[in-house]
Amino acid sequence: MSDGLIELDGVEKVFDVRRRAGLLRRERRQVRAVDGISFTVPRGEMVGYIGPNGAGKSTTIKMLTGILTPSGGRLRVAGIDPSRERTRLARRIGVVFGQRTTLWWDLPLRDSYQLVRRMYRIPDDRYRVNLERCVELLDLRDLLEVPVRQLSLGQRMRGDIAAALLHDPEVLYLDEPTIGLDVVSKAKVREFLRSVNTEQGMTVLLTTHDLTDIEQLCSRVMVIDHGRLMYDGGLAELHAVGESERTLVVDFERELPPVELPGARCERVDGPRQWLVFPAGSSAAPLVAELAARHPVVDLSVREPVIEDVIARMYAESSAVV
Amino acid sequence: MSLYAAVAVSGFRRHSTYRVATAAGIFTNTVFGLIMAYTYIALWDQRPHLGGYDQSMAITYVWIGQALFITVAVLGGGFQDELIERIRSGDVAIDLYRPADLQAWWLASDLGRAAFHLIGRGIVPMLFGALFFDLTMPGTPLTWVFFILSVAIGVVVSFALRYLVVLSAFWLMDGGGVTTISGLATMFFSGMLLPLNVFPGTLGEVARLLPWSALLQVPADIFLGVHTGSGLLKALAFQAGWAVVLLGTGRALQAVATRKVVVQGG
Ligand SMILES: Nc1ncnc2c1ncn2[C@@H]1O[C@H](COP(=O)(O)OP(=O)(O)O)[C@@H](O)[C@H]1O
Ligand SMILES: [Mg+2]
Repeated sequence: MSDGLIELDGVEKVFDVRRRAGLLRRERRQVRAVDGISFTVPRGEMVGYIGPNGAGKSTTIKMLTGILTPSGGRLRVAGIDPSRERTRLARRIGVVFGQRTTLWWDLPLRDSYQLVRRMYRIPDDRYRVNLERCVELLDLRDLLEVPVRQLSLGQRMRGDIAAALLHDPEVLYLDEPTIGLDVVSKAKVREFLRSVNTEQGMTVLLTTHDLTDIEQLCSRVMVIDHGRLMYDGGLAELHAVGESERTLVVDFERELPPVELPGARCERVDGPRQWLVFPAGSSAAPLVAELAARHPVVDLSVREPVIEDVIARMYAESSAVV
Repeated sequence: MSLYAAVAVSGFRRHSTYRVATAAGIFTNTVFGLIMAYTYIALWDQRPHLGGYDQSMAITYVWIGQALFITVAVLGGGFQDELIERIRSGDVAIDLYRPADLQAWWLASDLGRAAFHLIGRGIVPMLFGALFFDLTMPGTPLTWVFFILSVAIGVVVSFALRYLVVLSAFWLMDGGGVTTISGLATMFFSGMLLPLNVFPGTLGEVARLLPWSALLQVPADIFLGVHTGSGLLKALAFQAGWAVVLLGTGRALQAVATRKVVVQGG
């Protein structure tokens, strides 16, 4: 027995999809949304679960909450089989679905939280402390009296995250918490998650298809594609494995010949703008310093690698080995 | 305050914020009340004592019907659209994951709604009717108490029926058909168009035994003093019986629906 808070062993989820294929004929097809996944998350860890659309991330989260029953394999959260004891588990976990809301559209945020308080039977003092903490860190003070339907997506998401944490869960699942958010809200959400993890020691599992989320939050990352775990380890090693690259987009004062720098290569030139590619595992800072010392730079930005490219390279590499 | 009481209060509060809709509803119920009252007067002039009512009782029945029309949700609505939407969008998965009972939750919210509608939309049409027509009012305060109790059970029966309609959305892509049929059945079998006791023979007997009669016919007859003594208790037991049976059916169906979602996905 390991002491993992979340334990998956060969977990599978197969959906039976029936659809019309003509006037009377119906086609049955099986979708292997999760195809034999095993991993363990120890208490207090913050893990990123990343993969392209349709990879099976949400399905995994739903099984971890007990909303979906696995078709095969073994799954435990805090020693509980989620689908068998859904309600007992619900008191010990917090869940945020990026595209759905646990709040009530017509009620002000504060009233929604009152309902949550009664639903989870949160003791008054805990409720006050937790609400105050969330309001402070997620910047909700001015939103408490606003009906949920009048909130922006970013405000609503912050409201949702607070709702998931009022009952002191041991583990927090977030399914694409930053999807569709503006830059400011994204930053707030990330900062908050970092603080609940480091200060409260909460275990956090977050799915995303945005590598930046992972970069800023998680020391450990799992990559899933077509329902299979492709990678489980540190982020730096992921970049090494996927040979992923970041791009420095530089605007110079005037047109220049392609610049040559150690550790980077110029991929494209368009007037005064150049695209410099460098390994994702290394820092951009020395490059930028070097550039600024040599040429008059007007503006620059760093483009992160996208998960699809990282995965594509992983595939390319594994087939090259075979 | 318990969770479900809080849900009921928020249902009440939420509907109390729709001021324009409330005003428009009161107007509509009053106009319909007038039209139906004059129709009934013409009818009872031709056939005095039709269905055992005298003309004053018949007109009173009209105004009770208008006062309860939205409270017992004859045309559906209330939580229905919201829950169907949650089933269709898959948001119901969140409801299922919460440590709260889905049916109890929506029942509480519907009772809150009904309480608001009884006060906000029931009183004015009733007062209007009492002002301009010769109505048969309850003789004793106790009759009022039993009437309110009967309305409350009627709301539960109405909820239980609508909950079954909503659950059909788990299996049928288009819940619209079921909603329409259910609305028509409710309109007729609740006695909203004509009191059920005017229908002769088997049709009348069957109609009076169906659950819809718990929505309007039974509360109205208690108001009008048709049921007294043990008859009154029997009438309330009839309503409560349907409430229990229908809520039970809803629970069973909900369990099947939950299993379907949990095994197959939303
Ligand atoms: N309820 C369902 N019925 C049938 N197929 C489903 C269902 N839910 C998800 N799938 C399929 O399972 C796969 C994984 O979906 P999902 O877990 O939502 O992916 P992700 O969250 O990574 O984008 C997809 O191919 C999706 O179409
Ligand atoms: Mg998803």
